[in-house]
Amino acid sequence: MFDATPPLARARQDGRVSVECAGLTGMVTLRGDIAAIGEPVADATGLSIPDTLGIVEDGGRALAWMSPDELMLFCAYDEAEEIAATLTAATAEDHALVANVSDARAMFELSGEEAALRETLAKLTPADLRPDAFPPGTIRRTRLAQVSGAIWLAEDGAMRVICFRSVADYVFSLLCHAARPAAAVGHF
Amino acid sequence: MLILSCPYCGVAADETELHPGGEGHLVRHGPGSSDDEFESYLFLRRNPRGVHVERWRHVHGCGKWFHAARDTMTMEVIGTYPAQVSEPPSEILNALGARSA
Repeated sequence: MFDATPPLARARQDGRVSVECAGLTGMVTLRGDIAAIGEPVADATGLSIPDTLGIVEDGGRALAWMSPDELMLFCAYDEAEEIAATLTAATAEDHALVANVSDARAMFELSGEEAALRETLAKLTPADLRPDAFPPGTIRRTRLAQVSGAIWLAEDGAMRVICFRSVADYVFSLLCHAARPAAAVGHF
Repeated sequence: MLILSCPYCGVAADETELHPGGEGHLVRHGPGSSDDEFESYLFLRRNPRGVHVERWRHVHGCGKWFHAARDTMTMEVIGTYPAQVSEPPSEILNALGARSA
């Protein structure tokens, strides 16, 4: 066996916006007809099914809408395997796929004033990050400079960013550069 | 800058969030077709100065393929619609007809 190692362990930059690698996070991807698998998934996770571009958080877990036929569950790293098994059983009667992809992605947490968080991300993505277009509770899969990523404003006020683990170092450097105090614009 | 609305997730996606897929509604000619048909399927493409129907993929977003009708000269976007059709839906055709009239 091996010990799971978070991508960029202990990577952190403090300032107007603090950028931090969130460490090991459980992620379970679900593919299938959301109308069909929604109910068993909601029962098994205790979360309601998010609307298009939505993310639902409750009790340390979150369920995100990723595409018309894909959901992603965020949970504690240690419980991901068990949840994946539960969901596989819960969706056994549907044409659906459940996979524990916890080690495929890296998650970053940006904390600071909301306007500063929006500004930091707006430097990296073409997505519309104005408060009315990107309120808390929405997840936006988009481009972060040269790579794919997804961003959402969590209920605790942090901006969460996920990207593929293979580009974690690149995204961390991007976020740190965009978050430098000297780079403040004050747009939002 | 081209901004296309993805018909699946509703996001007004910037061109850099998308991947172009070439001409839309190509008719596939496979085994048993004539050489001319196969050549047209494989190689011959429209390259209009004006209205063009294209395939695009929301590659950094929801990952779905869709169609877009746009004007290559003015960059006007006439509309976008899902991929699972063999010809543009009526509202797109009507918009195209209104333009040429």
